[in-house]
Amino acid sequence: MFVNQFLFLAAVLFCIGVYGVIARKNAVLMLMSIELILNSVNINLLAFAMRNGSTDGHTFALYIIAVAAAEVGVGLGLVLLVYRNKKTISVDELSEMRG
Amino acid sequence: MRIFAAESEILAPLATGWFLENAWLIPVVPAIAFALIILIGKRLPMKGSELGVLSMAISLVLSAGTAYQWVQRVNGASEEQFVSPVVRSWSWWQSGGFDFGIGQHIDGLSVVVLFVVAFISTLVQVYSLEYLRGDRRYTHFFAALTLFSGGMLAMVLADNMILFLLGWEIMGLCSFMLIGHWWEEDANSRAALKAFFTVRTGDMGLLVGISMLYFAANDWTQANLGLSGFSIRGISAWALSGEPNSSVITIAAVALFIASIGKSGQFPLHTWLPDAMAGPTPVSSLLHSSTMVVAGVFLVARLYPVFFVGLDILGSGGNLIVIIGGITIVISAALAFVQNDIKRVLAYSTVSQLGYMMLGLGAGAWLPAVFHIFTHAFFKACLFLGAGSISHSASHHSFDMKKDMGGLRKVMPITFATWIVSTLALCGVFPFSGFFSKDEIIDNVGYNGYNTFMVVGLIGAFMTAAYMTRATYLTFFGEPRGASAGHAAHDTHDSHQTHDSHDTHDSHSAHDPHAAHDTHDSHSAHDSHAAPHESGLLITVPLMILSVLALGSGFLNATPFGESWERMKLWVEPRASVVFEESKSGGPGESLNLVAGVVSAEDSHSKSVCGSATPEEGVCYAPQLNHAPFKWSKAIMSMLIVFAGGAISWILSMLVFTKRDPRVAGLTSRIRLLGLGHSFLVNKYYLDHFYEKVVVRSVAYPISRAAYWFNQNILDGVLHGAARVTTKLSDWVYKNVDQRVVDNTVNNSAVLTKSVGTAAQPTQSGRVSQYGALLFSATAIAALVLVIVNT
Repeated sequence: MFVNQFLFLAAVLFCIGVYGVIARKNAVLMLMSIELILNSVNINLLAFAMRNGSTDGHTFALYIIAVAAAEVGVGLGLVLLVYRNKKTISVDELSEMRG
Repeated sequence: MRIFAAESEILAPLATGWFLENAWLIPVVPAIAFALIILIGKRLPMKGSELGVLSMAISLVLSAGTAYQWVQRVNGASEEQFVSPVVRSWSWWQSGGFDFGIGQHIDGLSVVVLFVVAFISTLVQVYSLEYLRGDRRYTHFFAALTLFSGGMLAMVLADNMILFLLGWEIMGLCSFMLIGHWWEEDANSRAALKAFFTVRTGDMGLLVGISMLYFAANDWTQANLGLSGFSIRGISAWALSGEPNSSVITIAAVALFIASIGKSGQFPLHTWLPDAMAGPTPVSSLLHSSTMVVAGVFLVARLYPVFFVGLDILGSGGNLIVIIGGITIVISAALAFVQNDIKRVLAYSTVSQLGYMMLGLGAGAWLPAVFHIFTHAFFKACLFLGAGSISHSASHHSFDMKKDMGGLRKVMPITFATWIVSTLALCGVFPFSGFFSKDEIIDNVGYNGYNTFMVVGLIGAFMTAAYMTRATYLTFFGEPRGASAGHAAHDTHDSHQTHDSHDTHDSHSAHDPHAAHDTHDSHSAHDSHAAPHESGLLITVPLMILSVLALGSGFLNATPFGESWERMKLWVEPRASVVFEESKSGGPGESLNLVAGVVSAEDSHSKSVCGSATPEEGVCYAPQLNHAPFKWSKAIMSMLIVFAGGAISWILSMLVFTKRDPRVAGLTSRIRLLGLGHSFLVNKYYLDHFYEKVVVRSVAYPISRAAYWFNQNILDGVLHGAARVTTKLSDWVYKNVDQRVVDNTVNNSAVLTKSVGTAAQPTQSGRVSQYGALLFSATAIAALVLVIVNT
């Protein structure tokens, strides 16, 4: 089994995700990038689970999917409220927390 | 046991065909239609309803083809040969050694139920075209109705318990959506929730039962048949192999039966069924005739070997299924007498008829029970659709027999005629279909030694005749009352009384004409002021088709006319022959090749063929059951009982409702004991009160009360004591420690914090991207450190 290719794919996805989180101004796109990161991790887990012939990786991946769904739910809720209050979802505008 | 292995080789190979091999398409078609209706339904010229009707029609054609080819297959087999089901299975998903399959299991039972479900669903959808015209959620209604039928079809042809569970739960969900279709009114959404939760209570049993069977049976089925422990064939063979631990299989059977109780509305979980009347009438009709409530009975019939062995059916004494069935027959029939809502009478009659099916299954009368599913579906669907037709065209969307009906036989001749045919079928009058199935059940229950329950069945038949006569009298005879008399009884013309929604809690206040009103502005597109008239063709044609079947379907298994008329027995009942296998490898999409052994004739009436005894070689898929020989004397006796019930009820109804005879009218208010009985029935044995006030409170109240007591006495006492000590102590501490030691420390640390804060201020930019960058760089550094440390 060629685990390498899966790992390479996961790494690429991860990097794209990190780039998205750091560089994007749009909150929704940031959430999407986070999803990308989580799913790259899923690919890793599944690749190793397949190589080791165990189901632990599958279990983890299922959990991650569930948690990610919850996370997106909360995240989109936040974005929606922010939009209602500020009429924008650009994260650069949200700097009230500046110290 | 004598098995002639040599003869097994001359058995003819079983015929098969395209429809049998591809029966899995039957539920797939409605599933696709559901998706299409949801996605594009609203843009179609008929708002998606055409897709629903079309998909059900396709399913009907496929089911009919399957049934035809199954009959061919059975006819091609020899006399005692086990006609093996057409099984095809695929791997759905695999995880950790568990293989969850998906596939079809086509045998006589599934063919019958598939056909009934597809047939009734098609007619109900056609009927709904007219009945729900202009409804505000027309498209969604058809989507849910289609998926509902699809769920049932999937459940019926499931080859393993996982797919079975899937179909079962889809139905649960869709029934919730359909019962609560007019959710704007509180009573409707409460009824939907009640149905859902009550059924869910039972569903726990299904989960427990399936898991228990899997873990108990898997090793055996893998070793002997190459099937998984979820496979219905595997479980059946395992149950009859003499292998299972008796307590395990008993507990599993009880758990599965609890699921049946919930789904099929058996005592004590029957309370949701009458409330499910809150949904539109086509839904009630579908739900009560062929889908949903039949699922529980179907579960018992499908896994019959498990129940047969686990609950010791045909053993001495009563078993759980018989007892529950018997109780259900009588108590629900009694409830039907005090209902004013025509749909509720029918609902309780459904519960009672389901009791008959359970009674039959529990007493070893497998075939009569399955046949009763078949006939009951037609006449009960007809009765419900007839009730819908009355409310649609005559009584201004009211279902109250006492207030808004009466004398309708002249204005609605077609509805009246179909109603009478179906009522006679329900009562079991010769030669209507109910006679051939219900009488067979009662007969076989007695033949198998359950004499007490045969009497219960006869009492049930008496009560059925009586309450149906009462309902018929109130609806079609006597003087027109209320809305059906032509004058609008309600001053709110735009509001439609879509159903009589008085629930358990306000049944005493149901005389308020506005209590049950339901305002559906969009639904009032057609006139509700017109005088009572016959319904349109979209409503009457399904009624006529169903009533023809209610009359004729019994002849498929007309035991009185001899063996050659018992087609249903020939085609549907699995034969209890020992089966030898040729191939043990059941790959995906392949069916096993089975060769049936032939059992010599003198063994066929003893129980040692399949059932209690373990076959030495080969496996059994069905237990050997007895069939009571038909006797005209018994049939005439039960006929007399039915006629007596009808006649007594007719006379009483005439005296009470029309003549207002002072000797019988108002008896319940004059004689205290009768009054008590009446209110006991009106309140449905106080079961709802029991569930809400006792069960819910006994769980919720003591806990909260105990918590309160604990809070008040123990926690507060501790707190008060602690508070007093603390005050004393703190005085001293304040003077000595606080002022001197602490203040200094605090001031110094504040100074420190402030300087650190100022130094770190630039990192708190408030920009999310920067935080993200920091986070990821920190993680990257940590990862690097980990890599270095580990190498």
